[in-house]
Amino acid sequence: MTAAFRIDLDGQTLRMNAEGDWRARFLAAIDHDVRLFEEDSVGRELVIDLSRVTRLDTAGALVLQRVMSACASRTEASKFVGASEAHQALMERVAPHLAPCPVEPARGDPFIQMLDRLGRGAADAYFTALKILNFIGLVLVTGARVFTDPKRLRMTSIVRHMEDAGLDAVPIVATMCFLVGAVVAYMGAKSLEMFGAEIFVVELVALAVLREFGVLLSAILLAGRSGSAFTAQIGSMKIREEVDALRVLGLDPIEILVLPRTIALVLVLPVLAFIGAMTGLLGGILVSWGALDISPALFLARMKETVVMSNFWAGIIKAPFFAFIISVVGCFQGMAVRGSAESLGQRTTLSVVQSLFLVIFIDSFFAMFYLEIDF
Amino acid sequence: MGDLDLTTAADLGAQSVRSNAEVVIKVRGLRTQFGDVVIHDNLDLDLMRGEILGVVGGSGTGKSVLMRAIIGLKRPSAGSVKVFGEDFYALNEAGRLEVERRWGVLFQGGALFSSLTVAQNVMAPIREHLQMPDALARDIAAMKISMSGLPPEAGDKYPSELSGGMRKRAGLARALALDPDIVFLDEPTAGLDPIGAAAFDELIVNLKTSLGLTVFMITHDLDSLYAASDRVAVLAEKRVIEVGPLTEVTRSDHPWIRSYFTGPRGRAARKTTAR
Repeated sequence: MTAAFRIDLDGQTLRMNAEGDWRARFLAAIDHDVRLFEEDSVGRELVIDLSRVTRLDTAGALVLQRVMSACASRTEASKFVGASEAHQALMERVAPHLAPCPVEPARGDPFIQMLDRLGRGAADAYFTALKILNFIGLVLVTGARVFTDPKRLRMTSIVRHMEDAGLDAVPIVATMCFLVGAVVAYMGAKSLEMFGAEIFVVELVALAVLREFGVLLSAILLAGRSGSAFTAQIGSMKIREEVDALRVLGLDPIEILVLPRTIALVLVLPVLAFIGAMTGLLGGILVSWGALDISPALFLARMKETVVMSNFWAGIIKAPFFAFIISVVGCFQGMAVRGSAESLGQRTTLSVVQSLFLVIFIDSFFAMFYLEIDF
Repeated sequence: MGDLDLTTAADLGAQSVRSNAEVVIKVRGLRTQFGDVVIHDNLDLDLMRGEILGVVGGSGTGKSVLMRAIIGLKRPSAGSVKVFGEDFYALNEAGRLEVERRWGVLFQGGALFSSLTVAQNVMAPIREHLQMPDALARDIAAMKISMSGLPPEAGDKYPSELSGGMRKRAGLARALALDPDIVFLDEPTAGLDPIGAAAFDELIVNLKTSLGLTVFMITHDLDSLYAASDRVAVLAEKRVIEVGPLTEVTRSDHPWIRSYFTGPRGRAARKTTAR
């Protein structure tokens, strides 16, 4: 038994005979017809007969009340008849709650909105850059203050973060760099073979891995692994008001939360970059040996001869800068979390995106700088 | 629709339903545990149709866990939960869904979906469970929002823009969306100011009488207990140690119950309701 209704004309009065099961689940089928009837009968007198309604819930009562309020001219003649006591009570319960409510905030012109978003985005980028610079300054000043009073250096915290961000990342950094070293060697081998210049694969692998890939891959991994973790950790502390609690206790959140993390990363990334460079070379050596018959001994001898040590330093020197920016951006975004868990998610995404962008940006800056000074 | 031959609560309307005390939820021998930690052991509890059952107990006695065990969020390690006469945990997917449509849950923080507005939150269960034209779903949502005591302007607000009390009302509106027979409330008045809390108690009693709801209400709030509950169940020692009308339960000489009801706050709450 589903909901149904029949319309009779009784003199000037419309008579709506509702029957069956008027519960929410059966209303969808008749909703269209009910609305048509509502439109057709505006201003008429209406009697709604509920005597054959077997079941009713608030949704059904709402629909009946809506019909009544939409199309009845409010005279004595317009009324509900035949409702059982329980149904009558339900109809009365629903009656005061017929006012519609807005579902979504009003949206403006889509073109204007696009411009609005564009403008906000540009302004945001500018102000975020200023705020990050501000935060970098704050971290450096706090760092300088703490180093004049080394008792305030939190060794336990630093060591813990070194383990989390450094030691635990060694297997993945090593594997990644090994694979990339192997890929570079393999691709180089294919092209260099055409010129009979296979031996130059040594320079190719050594330069690429030592100057760029070792440190860059480690930094990318660190940004994804530890930078985002910093944002999440500090952000959830922020949500639970732990950061405020630190401040109220007279403790400096920068000193306690940001500095140990930053120091840990700055110490640990050069080591990771070194491990990355070595495993990258190993990958290159193995592929050269297998694909080009360049024995490891020959590879190393050639490398010693043509690849100067400065290439190694050119890579490692960049590591502390990368580490600093990754940690600072991660912590900055963590401190910027406001209120809800949703904001935490957004900030974590932003943290990874911004630190990766800045790492690559700084890397290209170094490349230009090295070129100018012939390093 | 053979499984729906029980009269729905709405059908009963404003009638007093205490007379035919039908058991809608029957918990027997319930045992829940997290690892080795046993929360409930051999717990029995009945929820009668049309009543407001207040569930009290000290912190950590597993009030919320009991609710979660009944509504299927925490599988008990032993015992049975019968809802409308059917063993909830023995039902198949479709049977469970049918039962789940007949109850609404208000979680402690409201648990509104933060990416949806209040009206969209209320429409969510209506849309998902009843294939319904949007306009009708909107009408129903607007009615539930109004019934929960929110102004219409609240409809297009996001949960983050609402106060705690409004969030609870919006949560209640969503719990009521499908015209449930049973409503579970987890500390509905916690975090509300006394005026807001009293208004919420009144709202619950009102909805119960006008819609014939059965209410399972976890609470710490003595005023709520006095104002709203028909019966009280006291949780302690991993089971329900006392259940019955408030006046009977307060007479118990169990030490926890005594200190709960005869402590300074208990006395104050009793005085105000005695008038």
